[in-house]
Amino acid sequence: MIDILSKRYLYFLLSFIIIVPGLVFLAVDGLPLSIDFTGGSLFEIAFETGQTLDTETINAIYEDAGIDDAQVTTTDTGSVLIRSSFLTNEVRDQILTGMKTAVGGEVTVISFDSVGPTIGAQVASRAALAVGVAALGVVFYITLAFRKVQNAFRYGVCAVIAMAHDVAVVFSIAGIGARFFEWQMDALFLTALLTVIGFSVQDKVVVFDRIRENATSLRRLEYETLVNHSIVQTLQRSINTQLMTVEFLLLSLALFGGVTLQEFAVILLVGLLSGTYSSIFVAAPILVLWEKREWSTWFGRGANA
Amino acid sequence: MIRNLTNRIILIVLILALALWVDLSDEINVLNPLSNEALFSRNVEPRLGLDLQGGLQVLLEADIPADQQVAGDAMEIARDIVQQRTDALGVNENVIQIAGDRRIVGEFPGLEDTESVLATIQQTGLMEFVDTGNVAPEEGTFLVTDYSPSGEPAPAPEDGSTVYHTIMTGAELDSVTVVPDQLGVNYVINFVLKSEGARIFADHTGANVGEFLTITLDKQVISSPVIQDKIDGGEGSISGSFTAESANAFAVQLRYGSLPVPLKIVETRIIGPTLGADSLSKSLRAGLIGMAIVALFMILYYRLPGIVAVLSILIYAAIAFAVFKWFHFTLTLPGIAGFLLSTGAALDANILIFERLKEELRNGKNLTQAVDQGWTRAWSSIRDSNLSAIITSLILFWFGSTFGATIVKGFSLTLALGVGISLFTAIYVTRTLLALFLKGFKPNNYDLWFGI
Repeated sequence: MIDILSKRYLYFLLSFIIIVPGLVFLAVDGLPLSIDFTGGSLFEIAFETGQTLDTETINAIYEDAGIDDAQVTTTDTGSVLIRSSFLTNEVRDQILTGMKTAVGGEVTVISFDSVGPTIGAQVASRAALAVGVAALGVVFYITLAFRKVQNAFRYGVCAVIAMAHDVAVVFSIAGIGARFFEWQMDALFLTALLTVIGFSVQDKVVVFDRIRENATSLRRLEYETLVNHSIVQTLQRSINTQLMTVEFLLLSLALFGGVTLQEFAVILLVGLLSGTYSSIFVAAPILVLWEKREWSTWFGRGANA
Repeated sequence: MIRNLTNRIILIVLILALALWVDLSDEINVLNPLSNEALFSRNVEPRLGLDLQGGLQVLLEADIPADQQVAGDAMEIARDIVQQRTDALGVNENVIQIAGDRRIVGEFPGLEDTESVLATIQQTGLMEFVDTGNVAPEEGTFLVTDYSPSGEPAPAPEDGSTVYHTIMTGAELDSVTVVPDQLGVNYVINFVLKSEGARIFADHTGANVGEFLTITLDKQVISSPVIQDKIDGGEGSISGSFTAESANAFAVQLRYGSLPVPLKIVETRIIGPTLGADSLSKSLRAGLIGMAIVALFMILYYRLPGIVAVLSILIYAAIAFAVFKWFHFTLTLPGIAGFLLSTGAALDANILIFERLKEELRNGKNLTQAVDQGWTRAWSSIRDSNLSAIITSLILFWFGSTFGATIVKGFSLTLALGVGISLFTAIYVTRTLLALFLKGFKPNNYDLWFGI
């Protein structure tokens, strides 16, 4: 049987390598919040009768002016509404000139307002609080469901640690994306994050369930062997559920879907992959090192002497 | 083996038929066969989000003189209240944001409900004139009254506290003004009633001179004057311990509801979708490619059970879509992506069971035993993993609705429903269908039919 658990510190190192760079980027560059969280400018313009510009052209004009987050909406009165990050007067004039050239006629400014966020700061902090309470709920439920095995409490705690790992991975990917591909954290990012959290716990429980089952039938085995055994037994299911169903769907969305969904699909893809990875390579190893109380060896023998 | 296979199949067919009915129609009508009158009717048109279909845009402006500043965070509070009120209409992905110093832009997907959106925004606080007999309740206490918006009498409270009779509500108000009282110290609120209200008011005051007429706003006592005389003509005034500010605030609440600043609707118009049709068709095609690969994989890897799982996932999709349509969930592009994703996750329970089934077959069990064991032994992990997910989503939902975080609320409701429906299809539908297949067909070659 494959020995997965003996290399556990290698996995911790790998997680560390994935998580740290993105978080460092976030710390240095700040959170790349989108206009959903920060607000921006709402620009309403109208063209001469019979003239119009399509969404792609307007987006291109905004991009030329250095604004790459414009959202274009048309109205039934024929005017065009554009939301974007804050525009200075110079940038606004540059955009206006660009539009006049593109449409070959006059462009009327109907209104130019700064708009507030669609997701208030308190919504984001409440979401974080909700996730915290949900994590407590999960610890409580798992402790209850595993009450027949020793140290049931540890399973709940390990599930939540691994969930925090997945959240950190998602933030790290967002940080890397922000640094290199100008990604932003928007309402979709929040949705993707919540999805990862929802499915993360589900995945941990499947592996833990096998440990619970084996703990009664294979009582004589050493704990590490028992956990390793359980991981290997559920490995096929983990691979099939994750790679074959979820990741296929997301990959196809990321590759063939419209631009709107690509960022969302990539974040979900990495986050859900992390959810499965952390069941095997984070949650289970922590159970083992907790059982063995390995932290006493972390700082060398000097501490004991 | 499962018993009463026929009953199970009838139930599944029934549920599927109901789901398909909702999926394929825009409106559900049930007619009374005797009189041909509609017994029941519900609109189940798919509601598409702002990104796919566009919707109604409402521009609200603070209704105060142009040279007057809006106080501090009043616009933010007003924004939150508008958001909460309109979100109460359903799971609808509304966008509400402050524009400039004194405006709020609200965007609402879909167009069918224009009237109810406007009515909800303009909804005022509930003012009631309550007959409290010879009791004068203290200002600020909450009263139980027999008025309910649906017209049906509210149920009697269990703690036995008195239920007071509501004579009429603020709906009968025609206009409200604030004036200083005769001494010039306090302020009073003058109101003019509509004709029906004026009649009720005259009748009541005429018959109850000397008793107390209590005025409440959202069930809270504002003032409790004694009826001095019969009041004809439909005009009256409310005096309490009002200062100029509190009298104004109260008048505003009566006119506009409990908003910190009065809002008026400046403009309503229809806006187009933010996404091009191209983006939608691309994403749908991508989703279909993904689904096809998943189905192919399930069938190649799990063989006969794989075919059953794909059938059961199609049933899952039909039921889930029907539920979303029934409860008027707003479908946005990311929402649809999430829905596709949930079908992948719904396969998880099937995969858990099939892996167990294969293990049992490899251990030399016969087919009947292996199928039974597969379900029994996978059950604890399916139960605990899905319950954890449901607990997570319920806590998120509770938070989302308590604190007005709409985005969290909508997401968690979708997740919980998806998990719940997938439990039903994996545990009940897949098993029944597999039993049905195995009833007429007894494969001997496990390697070929189960891919062990």
